[in-house]
Amino acid sequence: MTQFYSPTAIQGGIDEYKGEWKTAQISHLLKRTMFGANPDDIAYFQKKTVSQTIDELLATPTPVEPPLNYYDTVDYKDPQGIKFGETWVNAIYGDGTVNSRRRASYKYWWAIQMATQKRNINEKMVLFWHNHFSTEINDVDDARFVYIYNTVLRKNALGNFKDFVRQITLDPAMLRYLNGRLNTKNAPDENYGRELQELFTLGKGSGSKYTEDDVKAAARVLTGFNINNDRIVYTFNVNNHDTTDKKFSAFYNNTVIKGTNTAAGAEKELDDLLSMIFAVEEVSYYICRKLYQFFVYYDITPTVEKDIIEPLAKIFRNNKYEIKPVLAALLKSQHFYDANVYGSMIKSPLDLVIGTLREFNVTFPSPKDFLQEYYNLFGEMARQGQIMQQDIGDPPNVAGWPAYYQAPMFYGIWVNSDTYPKRNQYTDTFINSGFTKNNKKIQLDVVAFAKKMPTPNEPNKLISDSLEILYKIPVTTELVQQLKKDILLSGQSTDYYWTELWDTMISKPNDTNTLNMVTTRLRSLYKYLMALPEYQLS
Amino acid sequence: MKRRDFIQNTFAGVVMPALLNGLSFKAFGNVDDAALGDENILVVVQLSGGNDGLNTVIPIDKYGLYQNARTNIAIPKEKLLTIPQTDTLGLNPGMTSFQTMFKEGKAALIQSVGYPNPNFSHFRATDIWNTASDSNIFVNNGWTGRYLAVDNPSFPTGYPNTKYPDPLAIQIGSVVNTALQGPIQSMGMAISNPSSFYNLISNKVESTPNTLAGKELKYLREVATQTNLYANTIKSAAGKVTKQAIYPNTGLANQLKIVAQLIGGGLKTKVYYVSMGGFDTHSAQVNTSDTATGSHTNLWKTVSDAIKSFSDDLSGLGVSKKVLGLTYSEFGRRVKSNASVGTDHGAAAPMFMFGDLVNPIVLGKSPDIAASPTTNDNVTMQYDFRSVYASILTQWFCLDQSYVDDVLLKDFQPLPLVQVQACGKITANEPITLTEDLIGNYPNPFSDSTTLTFTTKGGHTMIQIFDNIGRVISVPVDGEYDAGRHEVVVDTRDFNSGMYFARLQNGEIQQVRRMVK
Repeated sequence: MTQFYSPTAIQGGIDEYKGEWKTAQISHLLKRTMFGANPDDIAYFQKKTVSQTIDELLATPTPVEPPLNYYDTVDYKDPQGIKFGETWVNAIYGDGTVNSRRRASYKYWWAIQMATQKRNINEKMVLFWHNHFSTEINDVDDARFVYIYNTVLRKNALGNFKDFVRQITLDPAMLRYLNGRLNTKNAPDENYGRELQELFTLGKGSGSKYTEDDVKAAARVLTGFNINNDRIVYTFNVNNHDTTDKKFSAFYNNTVIKGTNTAAGAEKELDDLLSMIFAVEEVSYYICRKLYQFFVYYDITPTVEKDIIEPLAKIFRNNKYEIKPVLAALLKSQHFYDANVYGSMIKSPLDLVIGTLREFNVTFPSPKDFLQEYYNLFGEMARQGQIMQQDIGDPPNVAGWPAYYQAPMFYGIWVNSDTYPKRNQYTDTFINSGFTKNNKKIQLDVVAFAKKMPTPNEPNKLISDSLEILYKIPVTTELVQQLKKDILLSGQSTDYYWTELWDTMISKPNDTNTLNMVTTRLRSLYKYLMALPEYQLS
Repeated sequence: MKRRDFIQNTFAGVVMPALLNGLSFKAFGNVDDAALGDENILVVVQLSGGNDGLNTVIPIDKYGLYQNARTNIAIPKEKLLTIPQTDTLGLNPGMTSFQTMFKEGKAALIQSVGYPNPNFSHFRATDIWNTASDSNIFVNNGWTGRYLAVDNPSFPTGYPNTKYPDPLAIQIGSVVNTALQGPIQSMGMAISNPSSFYNLISNKVESTPNTLAGKELKYLREVATQTNLYANTIKSAAGKVTKQAIYPNTGLANQLKIVAQLIGGGLKTKVYYVSMGGFDTHSAQVNTSDTATGSHTNLWKTVSDAIKSFSDDLSGLGVSKKVLGLTYSEFGRRVKSNASVGTDHGAAAPMFMFGDLVNPIVLGKSPDIAASPTTNDNVTMQYDFRSVYASILTQWFCLDQSYVDDVLLKDFQPLPLVQVQACGKITANEPITLTEDLIGNYPNPFSDSTTLTFTTKGGHTMIQIFDNIGRVISVPVDGEYDAGRHEVVVDTRDFNSGMYFARLQNGEIQQVRRMVK
């Protein structure tokens, strides 16, 4: 592995972390494993140990409710009779118009899942696997297909990786996306056979030495699968299956997968193929490196490879490719809590968009009473991610978003002269005026956020406590003093003026003038903090 | 646009030579963009904390009353700095630089500037001055922001462009002032970090911690600089000025030095904000051993020295005619000093303006001071601060009066604060000297009622009655009147006993009458 940059190497190995368990550590953990570090969540986990916290984050999540018809209007009704407020996931396809509305429903729903996540890593893992087993809605087209694909991601996000690969291989959306359905003995399509190895299991590292012939052989194993478009399940047609034996290279110990001529036989061939691939240790290394780059830092130095990736890969193999033990070891490690890891990641657009609204506890209109507005406002959040170059459901290609893998820039790819101003506009707008759909508005409630700080009437503490949650990189005392004086004190040098103003607001809750004065100043403060580049770091 | 229409309308059929105060008609006839205010720049100096006006501009004509009200902080009469404009007042001894500027005709003073129903909270009062709202109305945007939005409603979309290549407004070294908040967007250049601005013009790179996060931060800052569309124009303007006048080494002087550098370098930015704190002088504002010295005097030495250096620098750079400046503070302080050798939050206070084209006058009279002042006594406003803003908008930015009403949210009368050349606008350069009493009342003292007598030159005329802390108690006159003398009876049965001030406003004429119940 190349060492791209190492001003100070990350310290600590895979041994369990036993150090301080305060806001700094917890907010770091939450920003990496959830979307944003919500002050309530930080307070909640402060009462737990490191181990309890990680175990809770890794608990098997409960299934979520499916996306709904939010799109019926006075002028438009779902042509398949799905009523407003009901789910469309089991409906028939219908036409392009309703499908495009369902696709929007699906994307907005996904934003809802991220924003309303439980105290659990699952939602981040769903994103991780979406980036890993990429499909594009634009390509798959059918909203019902991508919803089923999504449920596969959800169900397996913390499960067994080998089972996961098997399910993804036969997932209807994937069979469409990587042409598995077109892969026949007379016209083999190598697309999936290649990506299965190159992107999904082995990668392109130095330990991955499968050959072009292995790609062809894998493709032949997978011939004959297709999709039933009505039931949205995979099917198998033995006439399209290559029944001959498939021979693999020395990299796979010259494995021969026996050709079969039944559906059960074809599935056994798939199992044999996966067993052959998973027998290569590189699979465990490849996935652990990807997890490390997603959760810790992009630069896998020789030291990291030896001290972190190697033991993690071993845990992965020893646990028969169960995902949880690997994540538990990584997230409980000394390495993960080394101060040098904090703030070393540039937030992905979704981390910024969803993280911001979660850290500020933004209240959306109730879906019970305002379903359309609820969906559309989350749609606006999804759109924000999209214009910042992370369109949920639609990664640029099968390799996922380049920021997660492309050396040497990695996360740096997210920000450029086009997307950086959009990040600032997002937080500016969210504070200044908020986002409105049909008269329902969501806006950052800066006063509510400040109220969650331990002593908001003390201006120095208010700023430093806010920074503990919002930033993962220290700022200079001069900056804090300047913000305090220029914003909270309106140029005064006596801290008491802020204390008095805040206390008046608390003691006279109906005094709108005072509330306005506090609000104006806090808006300036938080707008400022979120406009600084420091806010882009996680 | 708005301005051109106005100029055309104004010039049609106006006979000028006699009014032009020595300026040739030809010079006027050849009015170009520069003379229409397109290049005119406003520099606003915010003095945070609430400046003690009575120890800034001391009423020599009421010196005994002043000394009586402020026994522990009164500045000796012989230490006061006199100016040629009037012998009724003296400046704080720290203001020698301002004294020079008054002598050179480059400074103006407006007495007792405030607004009805003053607020004594720093926060609220600052917001009122910046938003130009009434005391009881909460406005989210600022007066300079609204002004800039008149010609630039869609800013920042489509900016910079060939017509506006430079930032519309710049706040030096601090958070953008609320005054620059436009109806939708801030019109001020967002400087993401107080130090980044200095780094930008001096080509310095901000230091980042030697950590992995520091490495990412450095990258983000580079992108941020690239995306600051104005970075290059500002850098290049700053780079054109290599020699500047000598400034004192104070925060305010350093800020103004940058402003001069940018203006000298040709930046067409219309509005600059600079700021200085420390005016919240609740205690020890003078040295008791020598009340002519102390923290308040030092503050004003800092302000006036910085502004004088700025003014000299602009002259040296050949751009002094383009720049008008003003100082403001969120409120003045109480008439009576407190026991801790300081003064508490108050109401109206003097404002200063400066520049080559300022009308170098003193507007207004010395504030009223009671013979036995109470701790609650305030300086009563003579001028609404929005009249000062209106003067700048019409006489410096050459904005049509109808837009002024939009910008200032109400109709405010301009005062003659800028010389005629700035906009080619016909205003008298001489201060309006009010030899006669335009407003009176009888009986005085009164009990159940009193009759106000007032003389108006016609047009809109208003009389507000304030109590001694500046609250508006009654507005018995507010409307169009024919020229001449009028009378109105005021029912005063609900008035508490005490001192009242009746303020007459008729165009640029303002006069205050003291009354007692």
